[in-house]
Amino acid sequence: MSEQKALGNRPNIVLPQEELLLQGHVACPGCGASLSMRYALKALGQQTMVVIPACCWSIIAGPFPYSSMEVPIFHTAFETTGAVASGVRAALQIQGKSDITVMGWAGDGGTFDIGIQALSGAVERNEDFIYVCYDNEAYMNTGIQRSSATPQMAWTTTTPVAHPKDEPKKDIIAIMAAHRIPYAATATVGYPEDMILKFQKAKAIRGAKFIHLLSPCPPGWKSEAADSIRLARLAVQSKVFPLFEVEGGKTYTINLWPDPEIPVREYLRLQGRFRHLSEQNIQQIQEEVDATWEKLVEQAGGRPE
Amino acid sequence: MAACIGASVAGARAFTATSGQGLLLMHEMLHYAAGARLPVVMGSVNRGVAPGWSVWTEQSDSLAQRETGWIQYYCESSQEVLDTVIQAFKVAEQVLLPAMVILDAFVLSHTSEVVDIPDQDVVDAYLPPFQPEWKLDVNSPRAFGALVTPNEFFELRYKIQHSMDEAIEVARRADEEFGERFGRRWHLVESYCMEGAEVALVTTNTITSTARDVIDEMREQGHPIGLVKMRLFRPFPADDVLKALQGVKKVAVLDRNLSFGFGGIFAQEIKAAMYGTSVQPLLFSFILGLGGRDVTPATIREIAEYTLEHDAPPEEIIWIGVNR
Repeated sequence: MSEQKALGNRPNIVLPQEELLLQGHVACPGCGASLSMRYALKALGQQTMVVIPACCWSIIAGPFPYSSMEVPIFHTAFETTGAVASGVRAALQIQGKSDITVMGWAGDGGTFDIGIQALSGAVERNEDFIYVCYDNEAYMNTGIQRSSATPQMAWTTTTPVAHPKDEPKKDIIAIMAAHRIPYAATATVGYPEDMILKFQKAKAIRGAKFIHLLSPCPPGWKSEAADSIRLARLAVQSKVFPLFEVEGGKTYTINLWPDPEIPVREYLRLQGRFRHLSEQNIQQIQEEVDATWEKLVEQAGGRPE
Repeated sequence: MAACIGASVAGARAFTATSGQGLLLMHEMLHYAAGARLPVVMGSVNRGVAPGWSVWTEQSDSLAQRETGWIQYYCESSQEVLDTVIQAFKVAEQVLLPAMVILDAFVLSHTSEVVDIPDQDVVDAYLPPFQPEWKLDVNSPRAFGALVTPNEFFELRYKIQHSMDEAIEVARRADEEFGERFGRRWHLVESYCMEGAEVALVTTNTITSTARDVIDEMREQGHPIGLVKMRLFRPFPADDVLKALQGVKKVAVLDRNLSFGFGGIFAQEIKAAMYGTSVQPLLFSFILGLGGRDVTPATIREIAEYTLEHDAPPEEIIWIGVNR
């Protein structure tokens, strides 16, 4: 089964032409997070309100009095995205505005670490909004400090080469699935059709939705800006970041079956943050990725015929 | 608080309530609500701050929030709390700053009191629907709370101070109009038995009720003593305070709070308000009732007699009832 066929059970889609992310935003070249927002807004449309905590996007959206987005934004404090988005939804409800999508848009620091309490509270209450974590796997906006989303053995400024990160990446989708929310999914800019379909699906579901985006970051990953899309695709093809959905916390669907499966080495070698890895390290990562993938395949009910 | 901020910026009237540690935990978001100019109203029960754990009344929790840009009312009775919530929305929505309605733990929060609940239509006539000019609106998309450079940040802070200054008169008018419609007024600063008074007790919260009884009794016995109740604390109604204390020889400020390394917070603010004015009574700064220690009529009487008997305060902080 070729990769194209694997995505072939998705209908062919035409990307919406409307641009709600404007030129002049201040993201770095090759930023996965800015392209992610562009696709997300294409999928959700203009009837959307966005809550952004402290993260790269606090900057990307533009300083006062500017905005690079054609939808309303509330910039909020680091730990509060889940709670603020809940409040926005409650206000819309009491005003009878049911046709507006509320989206929280936070980095991995604001999701995996600082904002997880507000996020857990909000999704447990099954608040009707889409929470998006664009995960660039460290506190990139403040100078590449490790977060609980940083992969094991990666370099960051707080996990230098002499002491790379010991701990594995936190499994945020498992945490969301454990809340039994209606919809949780992974997506990445490497597969925009898949991403857009997931945002459109999330928009149509009432209740809490969580979308985990792997978001390549050239300054933090020490990669070439021109390689961001390649890295996003390699992450999926190497099973480092599988594309899948979890509905109701129990129904797992793998959206792309990598064929051929690519070794993690191909993904790692393009990133300076992994340059210090030994052959043995890479082998360890490969074993970890294979084991995690097998578990996911099992949760998804096995490989389709 | 974060949920209230989200609701308010999306155009709804938002209210919440908290106490003690919960208030301290939301300190960052208190600044956020004020900085975002969102007229959220919050009931806040005064409690001592841990450790050790205290669930009893003391004002150190709310006074630690005085620099957050919130309007603060300190209330004496449940009726006053109820009426002040309605007034607070009226004021907050005019000046676009959040407002805190503060009451004592247990003495008010866990006791019953018969209150008059005003009819909805009377309240609606007093407090029209919340229709903010600026809010999240998909038809007029704007970004709120983005990065602000030194070129504009200073002006945003100036505007908060300007609105705070305005809030004193707005609060006065809101109370007057409330009186006309509901037949009750609470004033920003209330004078009780101050005619001919040479000594004034300055009180807040439920200590005021206890003090009223003591004042009545001492007046009957011929002592020239009165009472000034502080209700609005932020913005600080300095003119009202000076007017109330004009002509008295001694002022006893009763602080159920403490700024470590300085003293009673109401005392220091009243001193600051008097600086450079013609109102120059001797000021006795009493610390009492911390962590909910009972303040009885005997406590108030001790303070009143102490102030009458002394020609000058012997020390910066006069501790009442502490076992040293």
